[in-house]
Amino acid sequence: MSFRRLLIALTSFVLLSAPSFAQQAPPGQSEFVPIKDLPPGDQLPAAPLLIAAYAFVWIAAMFYMWTIWRRLNKVETEMHALAQKTARR
Amino acid sequence: MRKTLGPLVVVVGIMFVAAPFLIAQAPYESTMGLIQKIFYFHVPSWMAMYAAITVCGVSSAIYLFRSRAAADRYAVSAGELAVLFGLMGLITGPLWGRKAWGVWWQWDARLTSALLMEMIFVAYLLVRKFGGPGSEKLAAATALFGTATAPFVYKSVDIWRTVHPKTSVVPLLAAGSMPGSGMPFALSSIAFVLLFVVLLTLRVNLAERQAALDEMYLALED
Amino acid sequence: MFMRTAWLVLRKDVAIEARSWEVLTTTLFFAAACVLVFAFALVKEGQAVADAAAGILWIAIAFSGTLALGRTFERERYSETLRALLLAPAPRPALYLGKLLGMLVLLATAEALLVPMVALLFQAALFSRPLLMAGLLAGGTIGFAAVGTLFAAMLVRARSRDVLLPILLYPITIPVIIAGVRGTVALLGETPDEATATMWLGILAAFDVVFVTLALWTFEPLMTE
Repeated sequence: MSFRRLLIALTSFVLLSAPSFAQQAPPGQSEFVPIKDLPPGDQLPAAPLLIAAYAFVWIAAMFYMWTIWRRLNKVETEMHALAQKTARR
Repeated sequence: MRKTLGPLVVVVGIMFVAAPFLIAQAPYESTMGLIQKIFYFHVPSWMAMYAAITVCGVSSAIYLFRSRAAADRYAVSAGELAVLFGLMGLITGPLWGRKAWGVWWQWDARLTSALLMEMIFVAYLLVRKFGGPGSEKLAAATALFGTATAPFVYKSVDIWRTVHPKTSVVPLLAAGSMPGSGMPFALSSIAFVLLFVVLLTLRVNLAERQAALDEMYLALED
Repeated sequence: MFMRTAWLVLRKDVAIEARSWEVLTTTLFFAAACVLVFAFALVKEGQAVADAAAGILWIAIAFSGTLALGRTFERERYSETLRALLLAPAPRPALYLGKLLGMLVLLATAEALLVPMVALLFQAALFSRPLLMAGLLAGGTIGFAAVGTLFAAMLVRARSRDVLLPILLYPITIPVIIAGVRGTVALLGETPDEATATMWLGILAAFDVVFVTLALWTFEPLMTE
């Protein structure tokens, strides 16, 4: 099994989990718990931060896989070109 | 490692698909509520980073003292992954801290030393890229120093009073005080470590292909 | 043989430096300029911010140390004397030790200028516990110089060596600088906090042991092509 195919398989698995994010919203509990010493008016909703954290991890992993894929492509094309050049000799 | 890669990719994929479901079902932590769920990605990110640093340090040492080319390939792959997982940890942490502590960043022992550790490995990649010929050995020495800082970073929360939770919190959160959170945490941890193994294998394969290409160029000149 | 080699390398460096005093004078002047820049940056209503003195002192040491490292090894590179040194039948770690001792002498001279200067300009009681202060300075300088000498030596043959040295050096030596600053701040309080300063001195000693050991261990394979 070529590594490029494996890379594509891994990426699609990662993308498959996207629908599960629909389940992230808390089922009715208040979105935040007050921090001590801060008046309730200054509270931040936690959900955007949580989603941003998870999203970053996904995006970072996928970006890295994309860079490997891109570099692998470049190396493979060069190798084929070189192999053709030597075969022609 | 090659033969198990296929099934491993499948396992990792399934784990990452399942993770959000399990995490959503985990109980809420009493003082922090929803935002505490970043824990399931934050701690495993750092676990993967530590795995990457260990691999990088050991292979750098092997490369320095035994000059094995394979060790150098593992070192550069693990170095890239250390930066990647460290970045994940450094972004998820402040996102959690903004809610839990009210500030994005604090200059306490754990955060400062973790940032420095990440910077050392970024410097590792910079040396490899811009150091010119022979920079692999220089980078290997840098990696050794970086790996030496890792125990300091880990122990820093236990030695100093910091705003960051202590290491003893992890087993508590994972099993003790929150009965339902052991499973998602174990799953996430294993998923991240396996993700590290998969990415490492892929990256090492890229390095091997690049080495093969260089061999072809050299053979062409003969 | 080991200590004799180190001593000979040190003597050689001092002898060469004594011809022109180039590196010493430029380093001293740079250190003074550094202190002045920070003084202007951190002054409020004619007085420097409290506790700034410790940070300024250590930053000046770090910056002038980096510069001195670059200059010293540039000299080696220019005359290709580093290769000659490596060809000599001497134990490599001894060469490293000799170079390290040279750096320590240079930095000690810079600190002899910096400490009174900072004490004067910022009304900082740096001499209230001279032994502890000297210990902190020694610990911090050894840690910084140990890593710096190793990296500067190994970068001699690399490209972009001028910018790579700080990039490599600072993340690794910042813990040493932090420990030095925290220890100095402890000594500069209303009543000098000797317990805290001693704790930071202990941490500096731990860093020094780790860094010098690592450097001695990796110097030989690094300098071999």
